[in-house]
Amino acid sequence: MPKDSSIKHVLIIGSGPIVIGQACEFDYAGSQASRSLRDEGITVTLINSNPATIMTDPVTADHVYLLPLEKKSIIKILQDHPDIDCVLPTMGGQTALNLAIDCDKAGIWNKFNIRMIGVDIDAIETAENREKFKALMEKLGVGVCIGDTASSFLEGKEIAQEIGFPLVIRPSYTLGGSGGGFVERAEDFEKALVTGLQASPTHEVLIEQSITGWKEYELEVLRDSIGNMVVICSIENFDPMGIHTGDSITVAPAMTLPDTVYQELRNQAIKMMNGIGNFAGGCNVQFSVSPDNKTIIGIEINPRVSRSSALASKATGYPIAKVAAKLAIGYNLDEIPNSITGNTSAFFEPAIDYVIVKIPRWNFDKFKGSDKKLGLSMKSVGEVMGIGRNFQEALQKACQSLEIKRNGLGADGKELRDQEKILYSLANASWDRLFHIYDAFKLGISFRTIHDLTKIDKWFLKQIEELILLEGEIEKHTLENIPKDLMETAKKKGYSDRQIAHLLRCLESEVFNKRYKEMGIKRVYKLVDTCAAEFEAKTPYFYSTFGEENESIPSDRKKVVVLGSGPNRVGQGIEFDYSCVHGVLAAKECGYETIMINCNPETVSTDFDISDKLYFEPVFWEHIYEIILLENPVGVIVQLGGQTALKLAEKLDKLGIPILGTSYEALDLAEDRGRFSTLLKDNNVPYPEFGTIHSTDEALELCKTIGFPLLVRPSYVLGGQGMKIVINEKELEEHVVEVLRDIPNNEILLDHFLENAIEAEADAICDGENVYIIGIMQHIEPAGIHSGDSYAVLPPYNLGDFVMRQIESYTEKIALALRTVGLINIQFAIKNDKVYVIEANPRASRTVPFICKAYQEPYVNYAVKVMLGEKKVTDFVFNPTKKGYAIKEPVFSFHKFPNVNKELGPEMKSTGEAIYFIDDLMDDYFLKIYSERNLYLSR
Amino acid sequence: MDISSIPFFISFKFNKAYPEKIIKFEYPIFEMNKQKATLLLADGTVFHGNLIGNSGTNGGEICFNTGMTGYQEIYTDPSYTGQIIVNTTSHIGNYGVMDDESESESPSIAGIVVNSFSQVFSRLDASGSLQDYLVKHGISGIADIDTRKLVRHIRSQGAMNAIISSEFENDLEGLRAELEKIPNMDGLELSSKVCTTEPYYFGDDTADIKVACLDFGIKKNILRSLASRGVYCKVFPAKTNLAEMEAWNPDGYFLSNGPGDPAVMGYAVETTQSILQTGKPLFGICLGHQILAEANGVSTFKMHHGHRGLNHPIKNLVTGKSEITSQNHGFVVNREDVEKNENIEITHVHLNDGTVAGIRLKDKPAFSVQYHPESSPGPHDSRYLFDDFISLIQNN
Repeated sequence: MPKDSSIKHVLIIGSGPIVIGQACEFDYAGSQASRSLRDEGITVTLINSNPATIMTDPVTADHVYLLPLEKKSIIKILQDHPDIDCVLPTMGGQTALNLAIDCDKAGIWNKFNIRMIGVDIDAIETAENREKFKALMEKLGVGVCIGDTASSFLEGKEIAQEIGFPLVIRPSYTLGGSGGGFVERAEDFEKALVTGLQASPTHEVLIEQSITGWKEYELEVLRDSIGNMVVICSIENFDPMGIHTGDSITVAPAMTLPDTVYQELRNQAIKMMNGIGNFAGGCNVQFSVSPDNKTIIGIEINPRVSRSSALASKATGYPIAKVAAKLAIGYNLDEIPNSITGNTSAFFEPAIDYVIVKIPRWNFDKFKGSDKKLGLSMKSVGEVMGIGRNFQEALQKACQSLEIKRNGLGADGKELRDQEKILYSLANASWDRLFHIYDAFKLGISFRTIHDLTKIDKWFLKQIEELILLEGEIEKHTLENIPKDLMETAKKKGYSDRQIAHLLRCLESEVFNKRYKEMGIKRVYKLVDTCAAEFEAKTPYFYSTFGEENESIPSDRKKVVVLGSGPNRVGQGIEFDYSCVHGVLAAKECGYETIMINCNPETVSTDFDISDKLYFEPVFWEHIYEIILLENPVGVIVQLGGQTALKLAEKLDKLGIPILGTSYEALDLAEDRGRFSTLLKDNNVPYPEFGTIHSTDEALELCKTIGFPLLVRPSYVLGGQGMKIVINEKELEEHVVEVLRDIPNNEILLDHFLENAIEAEADAICDGENVYIIGIMQHIEPAGIHSGDSYAVLPPYNLGDFVMRQIESYTEKIALALRTVGLINIQFAIKNDKVYVIEANPRASRTVPFICKAYQEPYVNYAVKVMLGEKKVTDFVFNPTKKGYAIKEPVFSFHKFPNVNKELGPEMKSTGEAIYFIDDLMDDYFLKIYSERNLYLSR
Repeated sequence: MDISSIPFFISFKFNKAYPEKIIKFEYPIFEMNKQKATLLLADGTVFHGNLIGNSGTNGGEICFNTGMTGYQEIYTDPSYTGQIIVNTTSHIGNYGVMDDESESESPSIAGIVVNSFSQVFSRLDASGSLQDYLVKHGISGIADIDTRKLVRHIRSQGAMNAIISSEFENDLEGLRAELEKIPNMDGLELSSKVCTTEPYYFGDDTADIKVACLDFGIKKNILRSLASRGVYCKVFPAKTNLAEMEAWNPDGYFLSNGPGDPAVMGYAVETTQSILQTGKPLFGICLGHQILAEANGVSTFKMHHGHRGLNHPIKNLVTGKSEITSQNHGFVVNREDVEKNENIEITHVHLNDGTVAGIRLKDKPAFSVQYHPESSPGPHDSRYLFDDFISLIQNN
């Protein structure tokens, strides 16, 4: 069926603030869907309360509503736009689906004559209701686990008695498996049952036989309304059943499936998708396969775009959300052009000739006291993807992308050598199990024991074991006598120069010079083209490997590299991707060829439609450097990708690679508290008394002159890591010892903490001569809570003129003194009408996207044009839309960590944010949070 | 499931096809310890890599297959006779081999080229490793070369002959001389060489329907697909005449897949024309499809580099629905000829390049497809064609 021409105006529902289990993959999906529909001449209206998204930009949609995701907002939108005829709820995760169902039940769609496209309610109902799902699977002849649904405590106990232990409890209708878990022993059952029942909004849980240790697979399927279906990608979980797929290391394509078994999965996926209803769009189907391949169990089906479909899109190059949106408006798969080849149709199944490995990124360090064990409830906050020509290369690249201070998997002197701890870790998976598998092999723990404890497929384990053997071979040599073959093998297996340097007992730069200059072992770049090179492809989407032929031919245009922000984590999330995307678009407008480097598969920046060239690579020195050597850009933009990109500035500077915008020197100066304070002093800008220390003795001495309370913080950290307020010598000593243990040899800053001060921050654009303050935000909670965790109001709600003048004046002074070219964020504490500067960050901050959205002006775009030297600040006509106030609301994922201390402090804990507009200060919402400003301890 | 009961996979379970001996696992990871191999293409392009399988020399026409699963089925497909297969997928050998997943008694390919070859495998019911299997069948292959570069080369330069050897490392001229001995696929008749020498039966002899299968290099799964639908098959050698087959009194005829150039198979074309005279239902797959076309005056030609993979999109023009198919062909029927022929209807087209993928005769109960509905390996979307064939027989 061709396009349904009755569809003129579609409402897309976003997924709201970033929480664990629902991250920026939905910004990617929503943005793609919106562009895809607008290409068809359809008007798109978008609702999302998350300001840090590309999907809510005027470039993406015709009308954008930054409103809370609730029925009231939907009604308002439908009243504003009576011509909206359809709603597409499959692009915003579970949040959007739940809202769509709510609206359906309340009769809102009916009342406004809105058609739901891309999904049918019954299908969601079937997929989400475990009992219905199971009944359907049985009817379709798809294998299911033995088990039953309980809606009461007593029912639950009866079911458990029938099945026996171990068993698994899965609450219905929860996000990312919250409240579920395995129960090994009868004595743990009752408590787990109560937790599960409480977690389910419908007070229902499914109790099933445990198939822990079985192999786990996912298929990403697209279906059109006449029933044509294609499987875009098969994904194999490295971690077998028992760990939430969002917390599992996953691999594509499936590595250990014979065709007979794979086709059986494909057949069942098709059966399941046809069985749950007649709808058009994307679908994720999960299977469990017994280790002997004889039993296949259908685990779940998600009839919507998901985290896995974002991964599958990046893994194959097939734009699932874009095509799913077209399917929703009536097209058949064979009628949609294939944007990759340009001359075939979207009806095909990608063939890939490389391997991708996805590794989740956890932030347990931010959630002290949390249960670090992985299980049915997702706990990771982000993910990275490595692409390589073989599994080992992809695995190493993924490890290099993680930003956990490792140089890859192993060979960095950070091995754990405690047998007992390793064995415990193998059996009780946490964020570091992969590393401990490596450590186990290295320590000589038997293959059989490792397999017994992890149940990971032996093929994968062999791949890791091989690495250890290779390392043994390398260690026999030195830099001088390592044979070229061996060096090449190490590079082909993904080893970084730093890892090889560790094994050869020399410097990274020496390894680089040896292999790159002397041996000529250089990276080549291959295309992600969906077709294993069968056809010519038009996608500018590359990954590096070591081979003979380089497919990425540099153009002779002037070009810029934008460094991405790597995996999402607390303190560095979607806001930085937002800035990177705008950086790319602005540089394009100025006529530059834009090159994006990033390794986060969830993001818009890694959509190959955004930049002129996308290198899906770790934001890790040697990968960046080789791209720069190949492309020879006029410069690199580091100030948009958060700390990840920023910390590469030093090396770029050292090698004479131009950094666009603010110089490395200024970036470094702002981080160096001593030099920065001198700068403040020279400019007559007040700051809290402070000093730097390197030991507890120094700390105890210094505290006498500064006075308590003190804010203790290590230099060069992200999101306030290791920051704490202490009130006496005992606390001070304890915390300094802890910081030095976690981050040895670091410099520690002791600031006098201004108790009960008001906090505010300013973001500005500076061209070196002129400064324009784009926004000043006042925090609601008093100083002491990380700016990322506090409510903040734009513009300030009760700062007097005198204070505002000081903030403005200091912002200008600092921006100019640092010779900022681009963006700068400055944080202030205000006590007794005196303004103190707490810190300055000459880079895109977390708040920039928020201000852009609230004032409806493209500040990142302006700042990048300034960085490129194309414009001066005075060239822009600033005309912010100032109406009422915009409140930034932090959003936490504490529900994932029931035992964690929810107390807020200088260390950031929130995972996302929402925007809330109010007309005046008498607004109920504002009054409520304002009145609770001192209650933050119990959030 | 008790995981501890799973046998350790590197202590191979041998069945009768493999010698009884204990293999100590050797780590084959270091390239310098591996035996070198060379791949030489007819246009002079050379790749150096490591030997896999048997040490020796073998060659044929080089082609690539983009499937990500099913290497054993591909290697044992008789249609690949005399061809070197480049697997584009990154890893080959991961799940070993299994005796009953072969499409013929033994592989008749002329070598394999892979990116990363796995000597270790993970599959509890595997019969053995792919390495041992290749050695057993005397097939040499090459691994650890830039296969993507090779595929791009074939894509731009077209199909050509090539040779793999572990014996001519420093003697390219010697290897070139060997390469030149390999015949050109164009104009090559291979079916009569790979087909059965004696007729044989497949399926249940009490089944209601009897189908005579003309074997040009038939895949086992075609016979399984027919037999599982209640068909008793008798498989005849390629050069069997109609009278011999009619003597068995079949209800329908099947023209199989197979290797080689259909344009030089006059004998098969004649047999097919005489089958059509009987008015009995006829179904052809791949080479069989090309023969049916030739029998109706439609010419065939060699494609630039063919269609080989498990992801080929086909549109069924009769139903309007599309299917993902398994394909393996280097020749194709001439679309212009088909369109000019009033007696032939195009039922299926290839969505990527518009080539003819299925035809039906208007005046006879005969149809054929260019692709592989028995799809072993590959998606099962097109199995309905066997049902269509059976309905055709039942309604005849």
